[in-house]
Amino acid sequence: MNTEILAALTVFVLAILCGFAVISKVPATLHTPLMSGANSIHGIVLVGSMLIAATATDVLSQVLSLVAVAFATMNVVGGYVVTDRMLQMFRKKPTSPKPAEKGEA
Amino acid sequence: MDAIEVLVRIAWLIGAASFVLGLMRMNSPATARNGNLLSAGGMAIAIGGTAVLLAVNGSASATGWIIIVVGIAIGGGAGLYTARTVKMTAMPQLVSLFNAVGGGAAALIAIDDYLRLASEGASIALQISIPTVLDILIGSITFTGSLIASGKLMGVISGKPIVLPGGRLITLAIVLVAAAGSIYLWTGAVSVPVMFLILAAALVFGVTMVLPIGGADMPVVISLLNSFTGTAVAMAGFVIGNDVLIIAGALVGASGAILTKLMADAMNRSVLSIMLGGFGGGEGTVGATTATGGSVRELGLDDAAIQLAYASSVIIVPGYGLAVAQAQHACRELGELLESRGVDVKYAIHPVAGRMPGHMNVLLAEANVPYPQLKEMEEINPEFDRADVALVVGANDVTNPAARKPGSPVSGMPILDVDHAKAIIVIKRSMGRGYAGIDNELYGNPKTGMLFADAKAGLADLVNAVKAL
Repeated sequence: MNTEILAALTVFVLAILCGFAVISKVPATLHTPLMSGANSIHGIVLVGSMLIAATATDVLSQVLSLVAVAFATMNVVGGYVVTDRMLQMFRKKPTSPKPAEKGEA
Repeated sequence: MDAIEVLVRIAWLIGAASFVLGLMRMNSPATARNGNLLSAGGMAIAIGGTAVLLAVNGSASATGWIIIVVGIAIGGGAGLYTARTVKMTAMPQLVSLFNAVGGGAAALIAIDDYLRLASEGASIALQISIPTVLDILIGSITFTGSLIASGKLMGVISGKPIVLPGGRLITLAIVLVAAAGSIYLWTGAVSVPVMFLILAAALVFGVTMVLPIGGADMPVVISLLNSFTGTAVAMAGFVIGNDVLIIAGALVGASGAILTKLMADAMNRSVLSIMLGGFGGGEGTVGATTATGGSVRELGLDDAAIQLAYASSVIIVPGYGLAVAQAQHACRELGELLESRGVDVKYAIHPVAGRMPGHMNVLLAEANVPYPQLKEMEEINPEFDRADVALVVGANDVTNPAARKPGSPVSGMPILDVDHAKAIIVIKRSMGRGYAGIDNELYGNPKTGMLFADAKAGLADLVNAVKAL
């Protein structure tokens, strides 16, 4: 085991704990948008797909990375747009918003 | 490390930080949209940074650039088009589809990396082979699993639990093959056929895992698969040595797991029983349905209109039928009409009404139903005792009193106490069953009147009938 993999493991474990911590008591209303939002975040796999596409030399590798880039971009773009569409429904109306809710987030 | 690489790494860090902050802000309705935009901004910075890195250090070949540009154009176009044109009712299956392609991309990274290392002929260190194999396994399972889940929600595949003959044996065989293959590769052996064998086993496993699970449990399954994809992406990060993939993947893996538990709790199910139920462990209860008992009373349109118009308080209970019929605007119209006649109108939102938690809120908010009128289950349940009329629009299982007694598939699921209202009007197309596949005792209740109609047409007719009074 070298330092690089140890550093990566450290980051991994801390990020997991972070993931556990960021989800608190979510109202059921937000379960679907939250899932969709988290779904868009793993679209970060696009960064990895771009990196392998950049250095793809043989045909098989090029095909695989093309599919990977297309899949990942679909995940990112579609994910954020659809989440935003869902959340647009909660946009402020003259009657509703309670600024008090901010405190506990 | 040259200056540009430092800058790109900082861009990735900014991306990772905005994902965390964005998710935090999505916990509350007031800040949720803002949180999603923050997360999207971080994503744009991280991806833009990657493009700059490839451009400046010249590591990308011309073909590489073509692949990236074409891939982004295809994927971005498909994603944007489907996300913008999808109907509100079809959003859950679209999320599942996006999840599938994300998992697929993560698996492809590991497959590609493995093929390259294998072609170099050197042995592959354990610190690479472990995440590579895990990435292929988890990524492929989420790919096919999410596609099946999406297909079930779309109705392309039956929403009923599909139990293959000898399904459990097949599953067991697949698991053994995948496990043996994984261990073989972890011993340091380099074998492309074995890698493809693991891939095939995982792809089949994704199908056999989700097929036997009933459609009603799909939201929890999708959330679980979403968490899986996160983990697969983190593994891809280990494979290619990229921190931002590890952070974002682990973040989604962990937060998705918590969210899955929250969703399962809202349905009073355990994640384990849902997954095992799929493997045939929990089918004993299905079929032990209670007869509706008593005859069903059909209600005329005018009778229903009179009941509603002269009530002092009405609670509307929307369900999937409302979503399917796109009846949210008609529903709001009826609500406003009744309010103008001095009726107190509220909406009872069951946490899992529709196909996804929050589905009803989204639809009614789209139709401009005032947010304060939407009441969550705990808040509204005591009020049914005082309500003159409960108007059930396309909701079924979430109102079934059978849930209070043991021995039914919905037993223990929290329900809306619709039967406590003085009168109940159910708008429904037919006596068909809900997702749980059982009869609803509510319909046999002497207080219940059935108005057989499509939700949208039925509500529109009610509006006209009330106006005519």
